Amino acid sequence: MASQADSRDRQFLAVIGDEDSVTGLLLAGIGHVTAPPDNQKNFLVVDDKTDNAAIEAAFERFTTERKDIGIVLINQHIADRIRNRVDTYTQAFPTVLEIPSKDHPYDPEKDSVLRRVRRLFGE
Amino acid sequence: MSGAADRETVFPTRQSLGIMKAKLKGAETGHSLLKRKSEALTKRFREITRRIDEAKRKMGRVMQIASISLAEVTYAVGGNIGYQIQESAKSARFRIRAKQENVSGVLLPAFESYLTEGNNDFAMMGLGKGGQQVQRCRETYARAVETLVELASLQTAFVILDEVIKIVNRRVNAIEHVIIPRTENTINYINSELDELDREEFYRLKKVAKKKHRDTAAAEAEVKKKKEDAEAAGEENVAPEPEETSGPADLLAAEEDEDVIF
Repeated sequence: MASQADSRDRQFLAVIGDEDSVTGLLLAGIGHVTAPPDNQKNFLVVDDKTDNAAIEAAFERFTTERKDIGIVLINQHIADRIRNRVDTYTQAFPTVLEIPSKDHPYDPEKDSVLRRVRRLFGE
Repeated sequence: MSGAADRETVFPTRQSLGIMKAKLKGAETGHSLLKRKSEALTKRFREITRRIDEAKRKMGRVMQIASISLAEVTYAVGGNIGYQIQESAKSARFRIRAKQENVSGVLLPAFESYLTEGNNDFAMMGLGKGGQQVQRCRETYARAVETLVELASLQTAFVILDEVIKIVNRRVNAIEHVIIPRTENTINYINSELDELDREEFYRLKKVAKKKHRDTAAAEAEVKKKKEDAEAAGEENVAPEPEETSGPADLLAAEEDEDVIF
């Protein structure tokens, strides 16, 4: 099965988040930079000055281009900025997980997966 | 009649009737199996959605605690340590691996987190001051990430199960509402055609029998007539006298006559 082999070598997490979230998660030890020629980081720090195109490009890179990422963590308020892109993402690998940030409390209504759960159970 | 209904294009023969009956049986078996599979998957699916709900709530709490401990670090270290951390991140200590779980033929991946030994990108972090807070913060965040990994595997399972359940239900419905009725229609059609053929055959046989009967009757009558004629001729030759007595072929009289003669 293709997805089985596919999921085997996905061993990293990726983060798109504000500075605090990224810092904390990097402290936990998820940060990884690939070998020198391309030096790709598996995290992106987003602030007010980062434009949506850059976020989308990072999201695209983590979800489709890189084959070694199993989970993409994204702050919910950042996911909101590229909401359309996140909502249309339906693949199983890598998993996109919306996480709360320090300044923005978690809102289950916006989560693309929870919304699917709600829709399935007709609420 | 069945001619108008949806059915497969087959010749109404006994062989295709047998094939259709086998097909119907297969479809019914497949339907019940798929139905059961769908039910098993749905059960698992509901369990997973419930756990997702719980895990999301737990994640909210855990992330909050983690943020507070990061704030402690910022306070203790004094100043922003974000850049320093981002620059010193080189190799992931915290990694995940996927293992498979089999739920009625569907492979569900589950992530499992593990720590690689021997690489510590942040050995110098908080060396001057706040080392303890940094250490605690790392532990808190590691726990938070574990929760996140757990949630991620639930979510992956959710996405995959959702898809598989849809496919299975589509199959169940296709068999229930398309294949089984169509096969039944075909069987009815073949049966009616075969009955029709049987009736035709029976009628034909009856016709043939009737014709044969008529033919034999006619043949017998002819033979009899010939015989009679012959007898009559013989009688005339032997004894021409009874001609007057039995004018229009009086059998009884003729026989009596014969008796008289022999």
